[in-house]
Amino acid sequence: MQSTDLYIRPELGQGTRRLPLQALLLAAGLVALAAAPFLLYPVFVMKLLCFALFASAFNLLLGYVGLLSFGHAAFFGGAAYVTAHSVKVWGIDPVAGILLGTLAAAVMGAAMGAIAIRRQGIYFAMTTLALSQMIYFLFLRAPFTNAEDGIQNVPRGHAFGLIDLSQTLNMYGLVVAVFLIGMFAIWRVINSPYGQVLKALRENETRAVSLGYRADRYKLGAFVFSAAIAGLAGATKALVFQIATLTDVAWQMSGEVILMSLLGGVGTLAGPSVGAGLIVTIQNYFATTGFPVNVVLGLLFILCVLCFRSGIVGEIAKRARR
Amino acid sequence: MTELFGIPMPVLSGQILLGLFNGAFYALLSLGLAVIFGLLRVINFAHGALYMMGAFIAFLLGQWLGLPFWALLVVAPILVGVFAVAMEKLLLRHVYGLDPLYGLLLTFGVALVIEGMAQYMFGVAGKPFSQPQALSGVSMIGGMILPHYRVFVIVVALITCLGTWALIERTRLGAFLRAATENRPLVEAFGVNVPVLLTATYAFSALLAGFAGVMGAPVFQVSAFMGSNLIIIVFAVVVIGGMGSIGGAIASGFLLGLCEGLTKVVYPEAANIVVFAIMAVVLFFRPSGLFGKAA
Repeated sequence: MQSTDLYIRPELGQGTRRLPLQALLLAAGLVALAAAPFLLYPVFVMKLLCFALFASAFNLLLGYVGLLSFGHAAFFGGAAYVTAHSVKVWGIDPVAGILLGTLAAAVMGAAMGAIAIRRQGIYFAMTTLALSQMIYFLFLRAPFTNAEDGIQNVPRGHAFGLIDLSQTLNMYGLVVAVFLIGMFAIWRVINSPYGQVLKALRENETRAVSLGYRADRYKLGAFVFSAAIAGLAGATKALVFQIATLTDVAWQMSGEVILMSLLGGVGTLAGPSVGAGLIVTIQNYFATTGFPVNVVLGLLFILCVLCFRSGIVGEIAKRARR
Repeated sequence: MTELFGIPMPVLSGQILLGLFNGAFYALLSLGLAVIFGLLRVINFAHGALYMMGAFIAFLLGQWLGLPFWALLVVAPILVGVFAVAMEKLLLRHVYGLDPLYGLLLTFGVALVIEGMAQYMFGVAGKPFSQPQALSGVSMIGGMILPHYRVFVIVVALITCLGTWALIERTRLGAFLRAATENRPLVEAFGVNVPVLLTATYAFSALLAGFAGVMGAPVFQVSAFMGSNLIIIVFAVVVIGGMGSIGGAIASGFLLGLCEGLTKVVYPEAANIVVFAIMAVVLFFRPSGLFGKAA
């Protein structure tokens, strides 16, 4: 393996010193989340949170295990379909629908991961891309997805049969809860002994294997977890927009989530959310101009790869450390 | 014989021909990817966009200058090659020596820009492109229907692939190229200008993609996204074949086209996914690919 400066290596033992700053940032973030629906268009904030969680789930794989998945749209969009169908056609509770979508994404992740982890690096990326394209075609043909039309007019329903989600603020509360639970789960995994083994695999797989860790099991576990969280984000998005379409499973979506992570900072906890916020804002802006947003995204990709590979949060962290 | 396994022969032979025709494009593109990866250690995600570019340049030159198909078949790929020289010198050069994933992401960005600009300038609708008069006919040989143009593409692609293979495996230039793949500093020490070799390799592979694009233009409509769906299948082909060998890339390209064609006869619904399904099976039993060396 050649140089792998794709990741920012957090220096050990500095966590305790920075704790007050982190706690401060966390508190500021919570306040911002509480204030956001009154300052911004709530649906926009909910979209942003869904993509932030999606990008964070993707970043768990790239930033902490060193696996570049080019097929995460399959989990995001796949879960959206399952949730939309189960809530609309079967009429189950929206929260149960989200959980079912998440479960479906985890199952897809297990199947796709079992095949993809057999190759590494560049081959892993191509394999996940090809497998997700296969899933795309399956959803295109599946009887319940209505092909190009997608599943439309999904009712938001009542969470736990009580809370009316058609009220924007109630829906916003659910999205924030999902986001916080998802982010906490990711943070917990990264800072667990399991997460330490994942980082060891990223740094030097041969050595980790020689110490007795079964690399494939760890990688598969991380892949399934990442797929499940991506699914959680997709399932929630399906309820927010009340629609599940092919856009969410297409390879362009997989590309977008990579860019979000890269732009914000691969291997940082907050980076993907920052990147997601920027990309969603840019997309919203260019949607009104008629200029293809893909050109802008492509230029950002080129800029990120050539000029600042650590991303925004990564660069800030680097400067702060000096 | 009019039937085989209950399938009428003309249908079967027609799909075999169509499969080989699609395989010709898979082979030309996966060959280019393999050559680029071999020397530059970059997976060229922009390969599909370069293919589309070849088709669009041919379309525009045909419209503006009224150039005949044969002239377009030469001029358009050369222009794509010139673009590739600029791209290699300005962008790709900066990611050599980094993790190969950066090359993938960089070329993905380039592909988004090229495709987005094509969409912006020419819209989403496909542009018609007529095939050359001389090849518009159809022959019947023993109950088989042979559209001349398709046979022409298969033969030309095969010759191009074999020619490239011979160039790399059998000539002195090819020997430099293979040597640079193995040990670049040593080849440089012998006085070979490796940076020029890298640029030339990239440009040549891009030229092949552009060439495939011009040949595809009359059959697949010329549109901004004609390359992006193709490149994902070609990635699967490359994973199946393994990127270790040029011959492997060519063989798996044609073979998978054939598999796809045959699937269309037996179970048309699965034709879109059969290449991906084969890839999954191959990865399961032979993770390094059919022709690849064990990693």
